[in-house]
Amino acid sequence: MKHTIAVLVENKPGVLARVSGLFARRGFNIHSLAVGTTESPNVSRMTIVVDLPERPLEHVTKQVYKLINVLKVIELEAGSSVERELMLIKIRAVAEVRARIIELADVFRGKVIDVGTDSMTIEITGSPEKIQAFEDLVAVYGIIELVKSGRVALGRGSKSIKDRQLRVAG
Amino acid sequence: MTMSEVTGAKALFLALEAVGVEHIFGIPGGAILPAYDPLIDSTVKHILCRHEQGAAHAADGYAQASGKVGVCMATSGPGATNLITGLASSFMDSIPVVAITGQVPRPAMGYDAFQESDITGIAGPVTKHTFLVMEPDDIAQTIAEAFHIAGTGRPGPVLVDIPKDVLQAKFEYKPAGPVDLPGYQPTTKPNQRQIVEAAKLMASATRPVLYAGGGIIKAGASEELVKLAEMTGIPVVTTLMARGVIPDSHELCLGMPGMHGNYTAVTALQRSDLLIGIGPRFDDRVTGKLASFAPDAKIIHADIDPAEISKNRKADVPIVGDAKAVLTELIKVIESRRGKDPVPDYSAWLETVTGWRNAYPYRYTQTQDGPLKPQYVVERIAALTEGNAIYCSGVGQHQMWGSQFIPFRRPRTWINSGGSGAMGFGVPAAMGAKVAMPDDEVWCIDGDGCFQMTCQELATMAVEKIPIKIAILNNAFLGMVRQWQELFYSERYSEVEFGWDIPDYVKLAEAYGCIGLRVESMDEVDAAIEKARGVNDRPVVIDFRCDKGEMCYPMVAAGSSNDDIILGPEFERDEPVEHEQGDHLYGDDEEHGN
Repeated sequence: MKHTIAVLVENKPGVLARVSGLFARRGFNIHSLAVGTTESPNVSRMTIVVDLPERPLEHVTKQVYKLINVLKVIELEAGSSVERELMLIKIRAVAEVRARIIELADVFRGKVIDVGTDSMTIEITGSPEKIQAFEDLVAVYGIIELVKSGRVALGRGSKSIKDRQLRVAG
Repeated sequence: MTMSEVTGAKALFLALEAVGVEHIFGIPGGAILPAYDPLIDSTVKHILCRHEQGAAHAADGYAQASGKVGVCMATSGPGATNLITGLASSFMDSIPVVAITGQVPRPAMGYDAFQESDITGIAGPVTKHTFLVMEPDDIAQTIAEAFHIAGTGRPGPVLVDIPKDVLQAKFEYKPAGPVDLPGYQPTTKPNQRQIVEAAKLMASATRPVLYAGGGIIKAGASEELVKLAEMTGIPVVTTLMARGVIPDSHELCLGMPGMHGNYTAVTALQRSDLLIGIGPRFDDRVTGKLASFAPDAKIIHADIDPAEISKNRKADVPIVGDAKAVLTELIKVIESRRGKDPVPDYSAWLETVTGWRNAYPYRYTQTQDGPLKPQYVVERIAALTEGNAIYCSGVGQHQMWGSQFIPFRRPRTWINSGGSGAMGFGVPAAMGAKVAMPDDEVWCIDGDGCFQMTCQELATMAVEKIPIKIAILNNAFLGMVRQWQELFYSERYSEVEFGWDIPDYVKLAEAYGCIGLRVESMDEVDAAIEKARGVNDRPVVIDFRCDKGEMCYPMVAAGSSNDDIILGPEFERDEPVEHEQGDHLYGDDEEHGN
């Protein structure tokens, strides 16, 4: 089962390696990991999607929380959080098919951000399912390459991650 | 250079002195060289080891014996990587150690410089935390933080890596301020509601067992444990890391459970209806096949590390907190609920347990003319030292015999590499223990395989006059591996025979400036032990030439249920033990460790 967890970490060298190394050696399978700065300059935030077929999520959150540079770990459950992913996708697009690709991009609220003589690059933002759907639709034209940001997520409502309780023993 | 301007190296020693360091085990080398100059003027005493692995194990033994943070120091590259086995052992056993390593100068880092290694990266998975100090200004604060992290919460090793030019830089020294680690706030005070839940379960149980783990030793909570056991009448099993938290002579102490634990301790866990785990890990060597471990038991699990709780076995009552605080609160709550809760009656249970204890003790046979039995040697050492020494061991059969046959009287007197199982741990750990506790007699119960991995520290101890006693239970084999080959590989012995004679342990001891003795028969044992006890200016090595084929029993084979405990040939002439068949529904998860 896939879970989305948000991890606040001190913005120090090596922290990403500590977190990702922990996942690897404990046998937790990372599906995606996105990291960036936050409203506080000393704090970074990671959004990690972890695939746990057999183990309770607590095994992960408790181990991650033990890392000295980790300030907070919470699970963002699908119903009570918003999740987005960004994809840049370069599609084979000779003149005859461009209009159709643009039409598709419009339906998905995507943006054309680069056009070459026989290619187009589209930026799509949305839920992972939406992004997958777009990818499937344009596959017929030929995908030259694509990149995804990994999922980022925030809890719904006015609360910050800092206001939420950490999961502890249980 | 102004008055208060110092080098980074000097700052390092000012910081080490400020946190109260008295001893460092280490070896100098290129990148750490600047630190060895201010060492000369420091109050910190350095013990010059012969191998960095020895330094790391010595720091571990020092910490286990004293409860203080052990310190080791090494140079960059191979010096630092040689520490890793020791740090990994400290990590698995939650032993507070700080390792200080030199690193190549900052401008050289990342260029594959001579003796460069990414030691913070390498050590990360086997330490509680690592620091790379990139500014001399940060040295004092980092040392303060490293000692705080190592010694508090669930203790563990911390590595501090300092580039050579940071040690050489001159700067205005400022002592460390208060430690402020926003991401590190261990929970020590248990939740009161959970304590009450635990007390209720204890009152309604009929077959409870206190499952005492190493956390009790770290918390200094032996007295509280004994008090809880006595006030409730609940019997106690002590894991390998908790031997001595309750005296083995105590009527409620059932001794060690686990793969080579005694029948009573293993079976009491299996048959219990309530396990009260205080600071244990539910380690696979204790649980056997997890799916069939203590099938009827509810679980109370108290640990200072929330990640340990429900990691292996789901806890019905999880308690996060320091073992001393947990036990103190539990005692208080049980006292306050007297009259409210039903008075539990464990007498039938204790009768059952006592029956097992009488029927299935550890057993071996030493005959006058037969080969010397390693168990006999351990028993005699324990008897002649009256259980008052500090006993260290390596890893293998001798370790298990040590744990089985020494009647421990107090905590911090059984020092070994439990979780990691690092062979070669014994000799250097005993050195560390003796440095920490110079007034205690220190014995290392070792195997011939383990001894040969780290025996170069004999030189350290001869020079530094650290008079430990080493009993090599020399069975000429990697005994535990041989035992597995006998049992699980159809007696096809592969690469396990060392031979009795090479090296000549007596000559080897003498070459290192130690005293060497050899014992080949039962009636020489006591005299050799007494002779060793009389030597106080250098180590003594006794080569006990033991039965080559002796097996360590009881045994729960890896991946087997505790129900399938093998008592061994000593019991074959008796009635077979009655126990239900283990649960084999979960597939074979046998592993290849030993």
